[in-house]
Amino acid sequence: MKPAPFEYHAPDTVADVVALLAEHGDEIKPLAGGQSLVPMLALRLTRFEHLVDLNRVAELDGLRRDNGSLTVGATTRQATIERSELAQAVPLLARAAPLIGHFQIRNRGTVGGSLAHADPAAELPAVALALDAHMEIATNAGRHTVPAADFFVGTWTTSLEPDELLTAVQFPVWDGRCGFVVDEVARRAGDFALTGVTAGLQLDANGAIQRAAIALFGMASTPVRAPAAETALIGSHPDPAAIREAADLAVRDLEPPDDVHASSTYRRSVGRHLVERSLTRALDEAHHA
Amino acid sequence: MPERTISLTVNGTAHHATVETRKTLADFLREDCVLTGTHLGCEHGVCGACTVIINGDAVRSCLMFAVQAEGAEITTVEGLAPAGELSPIQEAFRAEHGLQCGFCTPGFVVSVHAYLAEHPQPTHDEILEMLSGNLCRCTGYQGIVRAVERAAHSMTPNP
Repeated sequence: MKPAPFEYHAPDTVADVVALLAEHGDEIKPLAGGQSLVPMLALRLTRFEHLVDLNRVAELDGLRRDNGSLTVGATTRQATIERSELAQAVPLLARAAPLIGHFQIRNRGTVGGSLAHADPAAELPAVALALDAHMEIATNAGRHTVPAADFFVGTWTTSLEPDELLTAVQFPVWDGRCGFVVDEVARRAGDFALTGVTAGLQLDANGAIQRAAIALFGMASTPVRAPAAETALIGSHPDPAAIREAADLAVRDLEPPDDVHASSTYRRSVGRHLVERSLTRALDEAHHA
Repeated sequence: MPERTISLTVNGTAHHATVETRKTLADFLREDCVLTGTHLGCEHGVCGACTVIINGDAVRSCLMFAVQAEGAEITTVEGLAPAGELSPIQEAFRAEHGLQCGFCTPGFVVSVHAYLAEHPQPTHDEILEMLSGNLCRCTGYQGIVRAVERAAHSMTPNP
C-alpha cells in the first residue's frame, strides 16, 4: 500500500506547472488535494514518474465574482466552498459541497481536482454540466476555455491533454426568481452516490419556467443532462403531473450502470424519483424567491 | 529513490528530516517522529484512523505526502493534551466507553477535536454525519456518539 517512487515538484506559478507538463507529457500528473489520486497511487492503480504539486500555486486558489459568473480556482478546497459567502451566488455549488465525501476529505479535496478526476458519481461535475460552466485551461502555449459539455468524456476521463492544466472554473450566476436542488441517494453519508440530481429552475415575470437545468450523476460514465425534460418544462407552469412527466423524460434514454450496490433498474427508478422531488422543491423555492 | 529535505512542526516541536518523496505524512509521523499514536488502517483514505490536524484542519495523513507538509503545523493525538493527562474529549471517550479495541480511537479523537473547535454545539444528526468519516470495526458507535455529546456538553462554558 505504498505508491511507487516519483520525482516531486512544487512550483509556485502556473507557468512553471505547465512547463513541467510540457516537458514530461504523460509521465507527470498534477497533484491537487490528492483525495482520489493518492489512493490510486497507493493501490498502484496508476503510477507516474513525476508529480507536480499545485498546492503552492497561489493563483489557483480562491473565488472571484465577475459580471455574471463566479470563478473558482482549481485548488480551492471543497471545505472553503462550504464556508464561503461568495459561493452562495451559485447555490448548486454551495449545496453540492457538503455532500462530497467526509469533512476530513473536503478539507483537502479541491474543486478542480473533483472536476479533473471526473468520477461518474461525483457531485461537482454534474453541477458544472447543469450550469454550462466553462473550464479555464492553461498550457505552455496559452490559455483557453472548454465548455463543461465538452469536458467530461468518460469514467475518470476528461478532454484534458497531458500538457493541459485546469486552472479555474467559471460558473454562471443566475439572477431573479430561481430555485436550486442537489439531492442524492448514497448507502451512507459520505459514500459515493448511487445516483444523484442537480436541478435549477428560473421563472419569468409571469411565473412560467424560462430556464431549466437538470443533470444526473451516477447514471452513466459521465454526468448527463436531461434536455428533453428541460425542453418540456420551459415556458410552462408545471403541475405535479407535468413534473412527473419531466422526470420520466429525464431518465427515459439512460442505461444506468449495474453493480453490487444497485441494479440498473433500481438506479433508474431512484433517479426518476430524485428528479421529480428535486424539480418540485426547486419550483417551490423559485415561487418563494 | 527521490528524496527531499523538509521542515515542519509537530505538536509544537520542530522537525527537520530527509524523506523519500513517496513517503506519506502518516508514515513520516510514525517512523521519523516516532509518534505511533497515529494509526494506519486502510492506507487509502477510507478508515480515518490516521487523521491528524494540519494548520487547524482535520485531514487524512495517509493521503498526503510528507514533502507536502513542508512548513506545516501538525497536531497528532499525542499533542491533544499534556503527557499523562486527558483532554476533555479523551476523558469523554473513556467515560462513555467510546472505545473497545482502541485501534480507530486516535482518528476519532483527533477528528472530534477539530470538529468541535469549529462546531461547539452540534446536533445529534450533525454528530452522526461528522463521525461518518471514521470507521470503528468493533462497531462501538453508540458509545462514540455519547462521548461526543458528553464532550461538547463539558466544553460548553456555563452561562
